[in-house]
Amino acid sequence: MATLIGKESGLNLKETELCLGLPGGGGSGSEVETQRAAGKRGFSETVDLKLNLQSNKEDLNDNSKNVSKDKTLLKDPAKPPAKAQVVGWPPVRSYRKNMMAQKVNNSDQDGNEKTTSSTTAGTFVKVSMDGAPYLRKVDLTMYNTYKDLSDALAKMFSSFTTGKYGAQGMIDFMNESKLMDLLNSSEYVPTYEDKDGDWMLVGDVPWEMFVESCKRLRIMKGSEAIGLAPRAMEKCKNRS
Amino acid sequence: MRENHPQKTTEDDNRSSSIPDLARAEIAESSTSKNRTGLSEPVPGSNQTENPSPFPDQVLENVLENVLHFLSSRKDRNAASLVCRSWYRAEALTRSDLFIGNCYAVSPRRATNRFSRIKSVTVKGKPRFADFDLMPVDWGAHFTPWVSSLAQAYPWLEKLHLKRMTVTDDNLAVIADSFAGFRELLLVCCEGFGTPGLAAIAAKCRLLRVLELVESVIEVEDDEEVDWVSCFPNEGQTHLESLAFDCVECPVNFEALEGLVARSPCLKKLRLNRSVSMAQLHRLMLRAPQLTHLGTGSFSANENVDQEPDYASAFAACRSLVCLSGFREIWPDYLPAIYPVCANLTSLNFSYADVNAEQLKSVICHCHNLQILWVLDSVCDDGLQAVAATCKDLRELRVFPVDAREETEGPVSEVGLVAISQGCRKLESILFFCQTMTNAAVIAMSKNCPDLVVFRLCIIGVYRPDAVTQEPMDEGFGAIVMNCKKLTRLAVSGLLTDRAFEYIGRYGKLIRTLSVAFAGDTDLGLKYVLEGCPNLKKLEIRDSPFGDGALLSGLHHYYNMRFLWMSSCKLTRQACQEVARALPGLVLEVINNNEDAVNDIEILYMYRSLDGPRDDAPENVTIMQ
Repeated sequence: MATLIGKESGLNLKETELCLGLPGGGGSGSEVETQRAAGKRGFSETVDLKLNLQSNKEDLNDNSKNVSKDKTLLKDPAKPPAKAQVVGWPPVRSYRKNMMAQKVNNSDQDGNEKTTSSTTAGTFVKVSMDGAPYLRKVDLTMYNTYKDLSDALAKMFSSFTTGKYGAQGMIDFMNESKLMDLLNSSEYVPTYEDKDGDWMLVGDVPWEMFVESCKRLRIMKGSEAIGLAPRAMEKCKNRS
Repeated sequence: MRENHPQKTTEDDNRSSSIPDLARAEIAESSTSKNRTGLSEPVPGSNQTENPSPFPDQVLENVLENVLHFLSSRKDRNAASLVCRSWYRAEALTRSDLFIGNCYAVSPRRATNRFSRIKSVTVKGKPRFADFDLMPVDWGAHFTPWVSSLAQAYPWLEKLHLKRMTVTDDNLAVIADSFAGFRELLLVCCEGFGTPGLAAIAAKCRLLRVLELVESVIEVEDDEEVDWVSCFPNEGQTHLESLAFDCVECPVNFEALEGLVARSPCLKKLRLNRSVSMAQLHRLMLRAPQLTHLGTGSFSANENVDQEPDYASAFAACRSLVCLSGFREIWPDYLPAIYPVCANLTSLNFSYADVNAEQLKSVICHCHNLQILWVLDSVCDDGLQAVAATCKDLRELRVFPVDAREETEGPVSEVGLVAISQGCRKLESILFFCQTMTNAAVIAMSKNCPDLVVFRLCIIGVYRPDAVTQEPMDEGFGAIVMNCKKLTRLAVSGLLTDRAFEYIGRYGKLIRTLSVAFAGDTDLGLKYVLEGCPNLKKLEIRDSPFGDGALLSGLHHYYNMRFLWMSSCKLTRQACQEVARALPGLVLEVINNNEDAVNDIEILYMYRSLDGPRDDAPENVTIMQ
């Protein structure tokens, strides 16, 4: 229903919907998801740092203790690389990664254009979650949709599970009451700080616009994010 | 008064085993227990019975102090301090540079109690893996307790070098207020401070010669941003010799900067941030032709200039320029500006400039004297071949990835590595990021570059085997440790079995720092290293299948190390507890991601401490007792 309305009004709400389904399942199969499902043990599995990785290695040891050649099967060179991030790998300081990500962006968009002094934030943005001790950094250019991002966030912060967002697991910005329900709950919602320094709910603008304007991400409890809802609604309405 | 481990208060690099030295020190102490007046006291069990007059002893002590003044190497000093108590005291009085390799290894008080005449302090905090977000944000390495102790103990302090410490604006203000003769501040990979702190330093340190911010994170909250450059004294000449702020993200007041440069006749090193445009750089260079080290800022134009100044002659006028860096937003059309200085360059840092092979060639062909080169892999194997052809004196090469994601192929490969090894025979240090590599190339480098001291190869694809043979990369790294007899630092990657570690343990006798990621098969791998590498000081391991057995095999060596880092390995709490019990001088920090106390350890960070566990650990850090 929401989708139909979106298409009619040209808002393309589907694009802006934050799909917060459980990681690895639910929602439309994204390109990234398919790759993960089909991939052999290898890079995609390394996203989940701890046990997945170890159990994969154990399988390997059991199967091929004496034959090192078996290990070459571990990584199929023809497999397209999964667009996932292993925390802290490769060991390049995120300051440097940021610089490079900016350049890649600039050159993708405008070929030989003279690089002017950059006002866009680096595409590596800090992600913090209330209550979690770790600050992570994500490269927003690695993802194509909000769903990809939320999947990645879900993997990074294991308490950020999504559960009760509604039948399709999306924040429905057009439905005030649903939104308010969500924000009144103790579920976590992702928020971000934009270029103007305002804190917004993630998902209120088209993905590309989000990537450009997002400076920082913060996952907070719905009840805390409640103050952001009116602004989100306003921005939404302003565009319709 | 006896201290428990006097010889361990500072970095002690040249001892192979702690136990004999401890015993030796005990004996030395007991046989010479003179107090400051020179009177000796008989100690039970010692042979000392004579009572020499005070005068010769004092002369001896004075002579000793005068002689020890000339000792600058801290290894030598540590050795001297072990001879006997008298030497220990004399050394403590004459040491002027205090080096703290791990800020939690010793309390500030212990350090300041022992050394009373310190002029320069170096403190290092977090382990290197913290750079890659593997540690909690608030883990520690706070400079605050240090700054207050240092302010009290050493009011004449001149130099402060901090690495991976959490430094606040307040700390910087205390520095600015407490040390009247303060000359040199070097902050490497630090964080926690912003422009207000810099302003305090600029305003109050009237004798400041060196202010260098290297790869530090300067937090900028918009409403707190301070124009720190304007805080330098507005009149009269400054003593500035080096000013480096290339990592400061926020724009600086250019007018103030230009004025500052104009008033700094001693300025030799200037590293600008990317808010400084080409035209502005030009103006600064005209003011400071005496520069030897220049960080060029953005190296591009921010605004449309009607008539572009002659950049090349500005560079040509800097006849003493030997080190170039910056190029933060490089516009390749401006590259010819630096041609005039290339022949004199010994150091060139293009690691923020994504130039291609042709562009690099146009520069590198002039750089016959280059010793240090940092580039991005955008230069491709082709560019590396050009480097190999010209830079015969190259000692250090770093090749960083533009795109740090795992791909099947990358712009640099074994081809570039082999070319470098063939052209740059004097190579001592290499850091090389690539997507694929072959054993043959690494073996070639091991034979062509026998002077290698640092070999860090990072194959971005985890578990990548030899691209040609599909074999593990064991033989390549084996050849490195075998053939490069001076090797002290090694970082391994790619598909590696226990065999690689067997090689390291057998041949890597001088290795002090070892970095391991996604490598090895069984506990044996780590055992080989712990049992075979007597000089190992820093060991950082992630995502490798090493477990309790391996951990317990290193008990004989852990007191000699600066730290051990193991994350996402196969350690359990029990093993950590066992180590903690066996070696009470160690601090074992167990850092867990999750709230649930699982038996498996996420991160173990272990180091020796003279003063027990720290009291500023955050919640998710458990210290094993």
